[in-house]
Amino acid sequence: MSGNPAQAADTLGLAVKLREARLRLLDLHKDANSGHIGGNFSCIDALMTLHHAVMGADDRFVLSKGHSAGALYVTLWSMGKISEAELQTFCKEGTKFPGHPSGDGIPDLLFSTGSLGHGPSLGAGLALAARHQQSNRHVYVLCSDGEWQEGGCWEALIFAVAQKLDNLTILIDQNGWQGFGSTQEVIGCADLTARIAAFGADVRRADGHDSNAILAALAEPAKGAPRVVILDTVKGNGLHFADSLASHYLPVSADEYTAGREALQREDEA
Amino acid sequence: MRNAFASTVIAQSNTPDSFFLSGDLGFMALEGVRDAFGSRFVNVGVAEQNMIGVAAGLAREGMKVIAYSIAPFAYARPFEQIRNDICLGKLPVCIVGNGGGYAYGYMGPTHHALEDCAAMHALGLRVLVPAFDEDLAGQMVEVSAPTYLRLGYDARPKGTTAPAYAPWREVLSGKNGVLAALGPLAGVAWGALQDMPEAERPAVWAVCEFTPPPVAFLSAAQGNPLHVVEEHVAAGGLGAYLSLLLHSEGAAASTFHHRHALGYPSGTYGSQNFHRAECGLDAAGILALVKGQTA
Repeated sequence: MSGNPAQAADTLGLAVKLREARLRLLDLHKDANSGHIGGNFSCIDALMTLHHAVMGADDRFVLSKGHSAGALYVTLWSMGKISEAELQTFCKEGTKFPGHPSGDGIPDLLFSTGSLGHGPSLGAGLALAARHQQSNRHVYVLCSDGEWQEGGCWEALIFAVAQKLDNLTILIDQNGWQGFGSTQEVIGCADLTARIAAFGADVRRADGHDSNAILAALAEPAKGAPRVVILDTVKGNGLHFADSLASHYLPVSADEYTAGREALQREDEA
Repeated sequence: MRNAFASTVIAQSNTPDSFFLSGDLGFMALEGVRDAFGSRFVNVGVAEQNMIGVAAGLAREGMKVIAYSIAPFAYARPFEQIRNDICLGKLPVCIVGNGGGYAYGYMGPTHHALEDCAAMHALGLRVLVPAFDEDLAGQMVEVSAPTYLRLGYDARPKGTTAPAYAPWREVLSGKNGVLAALGPLAGVAWGALQDMPEAERPAVWAVCEFTPPPVAFLSAAQGNPLHVVEEHVAAGGLGAYLSLLLHSEGAAASTFHHRHALGYPSGTYGSQNFHRAECGLDAAGILALVKGQTA
């Protein structure tokens, strides 16, 4: 890990970049008439913070919650790794940037993700390889909270703890909503912290919309166990229909787009 | 074949950039592999989905990975991980399923793998079904793409020597058409037919990969009786593959006789040979098939 998590977000110009990224993300989804906007807006802050202020050039990232591909593409666009022309192909005919990432052809996208529960195992494998290769590179995986209803996540967590993979950090976008209800309604668990801690991971918690809080949570490396950072987030954060199920699947209408853009701009001015 | 597999892996695959993952299986077989690979041997526990995901992560960083379990657990439980994590990335992972077909006989139906080759072939993996112990050395020379290796038992007649490895090869000559046997059933067919007069028996071919047959096979099959035996369901198996191929090549056989896994027709369970017999895949059944009799 060659980034500098201790550095305050504002000194990195992150706030300005984040404002630009949120607006670009909204436009991206409107242009493509693509859904999943809520889960993209709940994790865009973490993705931007991670990629701009934490990850080094050799570090690895896996988007386990593949339905937030738009947020990742915008993040890579903000870093100059994806061109504007490429970004404009999002979810259009002949694109390399579908609604869930393809691991075929884009160097920063290591795997094809979108079916939930794969990322933690993939990350564990990357971390095991880094240790074998005596590399200092760190592996970051971003999951959704509903994703942890997949058994494979727990298989991976057991493995990562047993292997003492402290070069692995799993971030969980805990926005409290899943496909057809809230996590509390569906499985009676709105907070994964205790369950994951019980498996032996080094669990931390942060406001997922506060870059400084995310940086603080990542400041101290783990020792002898994988880190799991629970990010308290709001689905559709900053949009007028935030924190609701409606933002999970549906594309934004013209009215929603206008209202959403105004909401993001108001938030920026505040 | 498990011990031959272990020896081959130690001799050919134990390189600094290789990993061997086991889904908590290999007792009294893989201890040598574990010792040879050291920290590159990882028992991932009873978690096949994770094993395949970890294998993909390792392979993505340039490692060559062997992921081992018994056949049904190796291909069926982590099917989506194989599809998404291994195949979409075209990663060099060799998934090893020990005991394909009915090999785990008495252990019951959950431990049998009757549709593994079809499932793995459909995903685009290279499917390897060695017929004889020595085949492993030829098959595992280079694993540079997603691969599924189905291990069974070498059943060749005692005192015989298998010809050098080829994905398709004749192991017993014959003048009355061709019999294509998937993997270890080639040994069973060899033993069943070796005492028949050459003029009356079909040539026995061992088929160890789902690749197009050589011209010699096509020539022998075209216009002649063709028998296919496989310890695998008909859908997506060798018979279906070969039938499509022959018709595409305009090399259709005069007659086509197919014996394959039927599941559990009597609703009872037993040894591998018990199940083979129920499907007409034991030596007596294959002999009867060739003679045009009902097993």
